[in-house]
Amino acid sequence: MSFDVAVERRLGDTVVACAFQTGSGLTALFGPSGAGKTSVLNMIAGLLKPDTGRVAVGGEVLFDSAGSVDVPVQARRAGYVFQDGRLFPHLRVRDNLAYGMQAEGLMGLDEAADFLGIAHLLDRWPRSLSGGEAQRVAIGRALLSNPRFLLMDEPLSGLDRARREGVLRVIERLRDEVGLPILYVSHDRTEVEQLATTIVEL
Amino acid sequence: MMAPDVWGIVWLSLKVSAVAVGACLPLAFALAWALARGRFAGKVLLDAAVHLPLVLPPVVTGWLLLLAFGPQGPAGRWLEDVLGMTLMFRWTGAALAAAVMALPLMVRAMRLSIEAVDLRLEAAAMTLGASRWRVFRTVTLPLALPGVVAGAVLGFARSLGEFGATITFVSNIPGETQTLPLAIYSALQVPGGEAVVTRLAVISVLLSLAALVVSEVLARRMGRHAHVL
Repeated sequence: MSFDVAVERRLGDTVVACAFQTGSGLTALFGPSGAGKTSVLNMIAGLLKPDTGRVAVGGEVLFDSAGSVDVPVQARRAGYVFQDGRLFPHLRVRDNLAYGMQAEGLMGLDEAADFLGIAHLLDRWPRSLSGGEAQRVAIGRALLSNPRFLLMDEPLSGLDRARREGVLRVIERLRDEVGLPILYVSHDRTEVEQLATTIVEL
Repeated sequence: MMAPDVWGIVWLSLKVSAVAVGACLPLAFALAWALARGRFAGKVLLDAAVHLPLVLPPVVTGWLLLLAFGPQGPAGRWLEDVLGMTLMFRWTGAALAAAVMALPLMVRAMRLSIEAVDLRLEAAAMTLGASRWRVFRTVTLPLALPGVVAGAVLGFARSLGEFGATITFVSNIPGETQTLPLAIYSALQVPGGEAVVTRLAVISVLLSLAALVVSEVLARRMGRHAHVL
């Protein structure tokens, strides 16, 4: 079992509630904008504390309101690819990639750069990257932090068609070659059908 | 009148301002941090207290310093007893007056830059395994740095121009507390002092201009869109 999640959190007037269990591969969290998909990712990553519930990934309990378990965000080892990229603007691409790098990681920096097709961008500043390039750097940064699982929040939104294809292929390779559990948030039905092993509707 | 020691005055002014800003910097940053990020009771009061020297007549600030740090004042007595040190009529007192007057400007600039740091970038750093301290060192501080430098430069320029609180607190003693503005004031009181006034005034303008240019160059080198001016 990769993701075993049952969380509830009040945000203003709405309550975000969500429960699902998934097998290996890529799980798509699918639903309209405003359904609270990003909030669910934040609760799994440890950036948002559920009011009640339980979060376990790969058998390890990260949060449990009943057993008062709350692993701090730094220790959860979530490879979080944010919708808005969130590259550090004061660091070059190379230093962004290396920010969370672990010695015993899945792959080295150069290997990851080749895998993602960003080897030629290493000395550039984030502000000089196109949307697709920035998104691939963000994926690389998450991969190099030696994550136990990946959280991807609409990594294709804001990209034009040609660039979507590039990033999409990268995600398919991640799913098939790296073997990490991936939780993938989207509101695009075709994207979800193309990528997902399991679909969770919110 | 005797020609005053112009370079001595300039040196003293620079020394007073540098010490004032240097000593004030950690406190100003801590206050800016507390005001930008802190959530505590009395925040409005702290904010007001920090800004007080900005709106009080400087003479009043100087008089309050006199009350606190004079021989009968609580802070003055403590310094005398514990450290064997007095600020009255000393250049260190001038530095204190300059620091108090510069504090609000420094806190303001730093607070704005801390508030402008994107919390989402800090969250991203945390998901990558960075501790709070590492996030501060590698994300928050570098992104806020232009504002910190701007605050320091503003504070330095303000210290160079400090007059009212200084003359009230530590008087106008040549060679000890007579900084540029005080020297200009003295020279104005003397018949035929215009030449000295002109020289000191030109130096003042050049120093202030240099401070602003230096800060602008630093801001440009550090980062792209961070301009002080």
